[in-house]
Amino acid sequence: MSFASYLIDGISLGSIYAIIALGYTMVYGIAKMLNFAHGDVIMIGCYTVFITTSGLGWNPIVSTLVSVVVCTVLGIVIEKVAYRPLRKTASLAVLITAIGVSYLLENAALLIFGADSKSFTSVIDLPSLSLAGGKLKISSVTIVAIASCLIIMIGLMLFIKKTKAGQAMLAVSEDRDAAQLMGVNVNATISLTFAIGSGLAAIAGVLLCSQYHSLNPYTGALPGIKAFTAAVFGGIGSIPGAFIGGILLGIIEDLASAYISSQLSNAIVFGVLILVLLIKPTGILGKQIREKV
Amino acid sequence: MNRMKKEFQKIASGYQKKLSRFSKPSQNLINTIGMVLLAFVIIQILGAAGALSFSFSNLLVGLCIYSIVAVGLNLCVGYLGELSLGHAAFMSVGAFSSALFSNMMQNVIPVAPIRFIFALLVGIFFSALFGFLIGIPVLRLNGDYLAIVTLAFGEIIKGLLNVFYVGMDKTGLHFAFIKDTTQMDSTGKMILDGAQGISGTQKVSNFTIGIILLILVLLVVTFLVNSRSGRAIMAIRDNRIAAESVGIDITKYKIIAFTISAAIAGVAGVLYSHYYSSLTANKFDYNTSILILVYVVLGGMANFRGSIIAAVVLTLLPEMLRGLSDYRMLIYAILLIIMMLLNWAPAALERREILVMKFKEKFSKKSKEV
Repeated sequence: MSFASYLIDGISLGSIYAIIALGYTMVYGIAKMLNFAHGDVIMIGCYTVFITTSGLGWNPIVSTLVSVVVCTVLGIVIEKVAYRPLRKTASLAVLITAIGVSYLLENAALLIFGADSKSFTSVIDLPSLSLAGGKLKISSVTIVAIASCLIIMIGLMLFIKKTKAGQAMLAVSEDRDAAQLMGVNVNATISLTFAIGSGLAAIAGVLLCSQYHSLNPYTGALPGIKAFTAAVFGGIGSIPGAFIGGILLGIIEDLASAYISSQLSNAIVFGVLILVLLIKPTGILGKQIREKV
Repeated sequence: MNRMKKEFQKIASGYQKKLSRFSKPSQNLINTIGMVLLAFVIIQILGAAGALSFSFSNLLVGLCIYSIVAVGLNLCVGYLGELSLGHAAFMSVGAFSSALFSNMMQNVIPVAPIRFIFALLVGIFFSALFGFLIGIPVLRLNGDYLAIVTLAFGEIIKGLLNVFYVGMDKTGLHFAFIKDTTQMDSTGKMILDGAQGISGTQKVSNFTIGIILLILVLLVVTFLVNSRSGRAIMAIRDNRIAAESVGIDITKYKIIAFTISAAIAGVAGVLYSHYYSSLTANKFDYNTSILILVYVVLGGMANFRGSIIAAVVLTLLPEMLRGLSDYRMLIYAILLIIMMLLNWAPAALERREILVMKFKEKFSKKSKEV
């Protein structure tokens, strides 16, 4: 039975990676930049929930919503102040600015909250599910993580297919200048993308901290990097790709640390990533784009 | 005062006249090496006068290490146009392979400088080998693949080195993986102890060696970028399709540039492992790679002198801000964002140009009046 429980743990971790990767992949697809500060937005979201529930004693659902709002605003502000002035220059310049923003958020959190890990009580207070006569236990966090990941993915796909704003996003990701000529407000579309990505980061952050019960200023950094690899894994720019990439990454990481070595799990995850890229460079669901001269 | 100014101008114009006999790239090289040597002489004089604090003189080799690896990365990012997020991993490969070599050969080659030269060659060989092996499959692809694969490579190297054990006793070498199973007799000594890393490598490198290596690296990269291969590399960066259509072997030149870039990172790693007493794989993580990239971008793409200046300034900046204790990294982050915005944003560049023009107008008016 242990294999099944490892698998479910992996899927649960993978759903959290998938939610973060959705934010990464949208920002990359539309703004064509690697937002290295994405992981730190997760951390800010976690601290917001931590303060409002442990400090002020708010209802967990209300504080999660507040954290989503905080992260959304943060994402829009970061884009406007740090990324927008550099949009027309080399993409490397924006990358370095994103790193600067990442340092800024980490060190601001370090100053305000201190370097010690806070113990984070899970905001999801539901009984766990027992299957197969109590042999297989699925925690409530796992169920909520998987369910919210599925809901978010389907919601995003519908949003992009059915709404005008979603169609504008597609247009901007395909050709920014052409979209502008067709009357799409490019600035507003990119702002909206950052807003959605950062809001998703807040949800992912709450789930992540509910799973691991600890929180420090560097909580978001490594999951951020891994979610980025998940997005590449599934094919960057593709929403179902980010989902599949995230789930697979979570499963590989969990099984590798259970059966091989917990110290080596990261190395194995990245090794698999390199293999996938060598066999199919565009990722699992990525589209091959023909180059025209 | 005026005479001094004139005197200085005379020297400067004489220097420029002498310099103008050389081609533009050599002028650049002479200026860069001159800058490094001048800094070296000033620091030596200050050191002899006892004006350097202990913490500052401890930083000097670090400045050389980061300058070298920044120059190496600039070859990859600035000249080749490929992003690498794992240059710290090549440093790590160079550092660990050379430190292992030095510790194993401690009794075989007793003369420290000769052992250091061999260790340097070993470090360069292994980091170049890894660069080559990564380059073969990845540089065939177009796009940001090198960035992702080097990022992954950095994490893999870190993970593997953390579970690798090497011990030595009189029967020979013992290797172990994941768990320390090196069953050695009483004469055994652990060389590489998993996550503890390598400690007790004899300290051979110093500031002078660092400067010598930096100048050698500068010579190598300047000759490379001004050679036929260098022009091919830059042609690939500027327009890959056009370069391919005139018959440049894209993959070959990409691999050449990336391998040399990795080898230079290895040089920095060797310098590191033979200066600091403890060497752990976690020191060379993704954050270090990013830091090196920051030096390159802030210093200017395809500008080796800029990389060195940025590496020195950004290494010294946190030290100078030490008085502000807790706030220093916050200020560092804000300064980094502001510097990037001022140096790269089109709006800021425009404003700067206008300011310079105004300043020049004022200045020329004044000199006419005089």
